Amino acid sequence: MSGILRLDGLRKSFGSNEVLRGIDLTVQQGERIAILGASGSGKSTLLRCINFMEVPSAGTVTVAGTPVGEEARGGRCYRPAELARLRTRIGMIFQQFNLFPHMTALQNVAEGPLSVLGVGRAEAEARARQHLAKVGLAEKAEAYPARLSGGQQQRVAIARALAMEPEMLLFDEPTSALDPELVGEVLETILGLSREGRTMLLVTHELGFAFHFATRVIFLHEGMIHEEGTPEQVLKHPRQDRTRAFIGRHSTFAF
Amino acid sequence: MEYEFAFGEILRDWDLLARGIRLTAALWVIAFVTALAAGLFLGIARMSPRRALNWPATAYIEIFRNTPVLVQLVWFYYAFPVLTGVQVSPFVAASLGLCLNTSAYCAEIYRAGLQSIVAGQWEAGRALGMSEATLMRRIILPQALRRMLPAFTNRAVELAKMTSIASVITVHELMHEARTMATQSFLPLETFTVVAAIYFILIYPGTLGALLLERRLATRGGAA
Amino acid sequence: MSYQWDFSPVWRNAGPLLEGLGNTLWLSGWSILLGLALGLGLALLRLSPSRIASVAALVVIEFYRNTPPLVHFFWIFFGLPILIGVSMSPFTAALLALSIQSGAFFAEIFRGGIVSIERGQWEAGRALGMSEARLMRRIILPQAVRRMIPPLMERSFELVKTTALAATLAYGELLYRAMVIASQTFRPLEIYTAVAVIFFSVLFLASLGMRRVEHVLRRGHR
Ligand SMILES: Nc1ncnc2c1ncn2[C@@H]1O[C@H](COP(=O)(O)OP(=O)(O)OP(=O)(O)O)[C@@H](O)[C@H]1O
Ligand SMILES: [Mg+2]
Repeated sequence: MSGILRLDGLRKSFGSNEVLRGIDLTVQQGERIAILGASGSGKSTLLRCINFMEVPSAGTVTVAGTPVGEEARGGRCYRPAELARLRTRIGMIFQQFNLFPHMTALQNVAEGPLSVLGVGRAEAEARARQHLAKVGLAEKAEAYPARLSGGQQQRVAIARALAMEPEMLLFDEPTSALDPELVGEVLETILGLSREGRTMLLVTHELGFAFHFATRVIFLHEGMIHEEGTPEQVLKHPRQDRTRAFIGRHSTFAF
Repeated sequence: MEYEFAFGEILRDWDLLARGIRLTAALWVIAFVTALAAGLFLGIARMSPRRALNWPATAYIEIFRNTPVLVQLVWFYYAFPVLTGVQVSPFVAASLGLCLNTSAYCAEIYRAGLQSIVAGQWEAGRALGMSEATLMRRIILPQALRRMLPAFTNRAVELAKMTSIASVITVHELMHEARTMATQSFLPLETFTVVAAIYFILIYPGTLGALLLERRLATRGGAA
Repeated sequence: MSYQWDFSPVWRNAGPLLEGLGNTLWLSGWSILLGLALGLGLALLRLSPSRIASVAALVVIEFYRNTPPLVHFFWIFFGLPILIGVSMSPFTAALLALSIQSGAFFAEIFRGGIVSIERGQWEAGRALGMSEARLMRRIILPQAVRRMIPPLMERSFELVKTTALAATLAYGELLYRAMVIASQTFRPLEIYTAVAVIFFSVLFLASLGMRRVEHVLRRGHR
């Protein structure tokens, strides 16, 4: 089984700063992977290389058995149209939500199907309403983002990603920008998605949530996978000193 | 037929241009320094809660910002003497017009800068028992001036460009010398090209300076 | 001061003065339109991935922003005809000088508006699989235009003031008409005061209008 996503020898440098130093990872359909690691360990960069928000310096990304890009002299070469098509199949949820402020919640969610997938307006809006309902925001369809709380904005952002009917979802610290009392509603929404058997990769600092959410936990250190396993293994019985120290520092962590 | 440029002839009259540059610089410095001082009082008057100060300052600022500077210079040179009975030299009229014009813009820069200081700073100073004057001098202005610096530098650049308009009321600054040279030499293309280059060399460092100041402010957030 | 104000020369010449105002506005309008088009072109060159295009646009923009407009009026009116062998009417020369210089300022406003849109907006659009052109049209420009409108309006007011320089080329705009009338009537104080009042009224009303627009824009989408 090649899996829905495979990373082979993925590397990424910013100038002389080598952030990812050879990541190999295979993700099966329906897996939920929590990515942990200290600040600056390369978690966001790893996630962003998967949908090519950052172009990897070396290595390959294979989605559903097809390697992205073409072999060329001096590394792989990626055509913009190919990347755009790939991104329609991979949803991304950002730490800062990044809703479009000039569009209502409904328009935000309908925008992708409407202008990228070429779905008709009526169909796109119906789809958008359905996804807004799913994240519990049916009644906020006509509200602009400025009128929504952080938690509501992030749920709209999740609906926006879902409306593309992606094969996998990437979350980069989806609750880090939220006030503590708003974190719960977003985590609840994400847990709801995991019950549907969606493939998800999630970067988080909430170890308790990672424990309940993930089928597999990856601990990243200096751009390499330092330890991986089930939540039980990595979070309760870490084998590596660094992992143990990292978990120890998150003292509020309770399962 | 290709046009043969004759820049040599223009540069042979360098003395004339140099004299013009000196007068341009004099106009610029005089108008700017006086405008900085006048603008501070205007800006404070504009912020005053007292109408007797606030209204005239507002009217002054709006009048000078909403009329062309050429109209202002022409007015001070041709109309003002009729009113006062005192004939002023072109240089004085130009300095006066440019200073008054620039002071109106400076007043708005002072006002924006002072208003950008958060209320907590005023309160902290008052809590220490400072008088308003001490508070302004020791706490508010030092912070505000730093934030105003890019705007003042931009204003200085605008003023430098404006000095060329003094040529219209026969001040013999750079632009006026250029117009004289262009008619006498029958080489307007070369003359105005050279003069444009001179202005650019004089003015561009100011723009770069404003840019650098803005960058520094942005990275340091106005502190230090 | 015992000066006897006498505005009758102004009233007697109201016709030519108003015609001058009309010419001022005519020149302003065309210069703003042409300037916006030039500015958009320069901004696109400036933002283009081609380094040569970007640097060339930068040079034009910086040169025109850092030299006095009066020099451009004279360069275009007296110098350019020698180069291209076609003589210029004062109107054409003023139009070119004004629109190129404003175009340089407009270009920076266009560019500034586009680059001021947060990185997250670009990323969110790309993450949905939008092409760069669609991203620009659907996400970036609708937001950027709102930020550009106030500075574009302000720059246009600057342009209206700068049209007075066309008087030096003897184009019959408001100030030039006033100069002619002042020399005929020997009433410079009244004539030039009237000119100042006319300019002030036009520009002050326009800036009040702009404050309204800014207010509406600031309310934004909520
Ligand atoms: N666009 C970029 N340009 C240059 N350097 C970058 C860029 N993005 C990330 N980096 C650098 O790469 C390193 C890893 O960044 P990354 O954002 O992947 O870390 P992270 O594990 O997500 O950290 P955090 O928990 O703080 O979000 C950091 O040193 C960062 O400074
Ligand atoms: Mg991160």
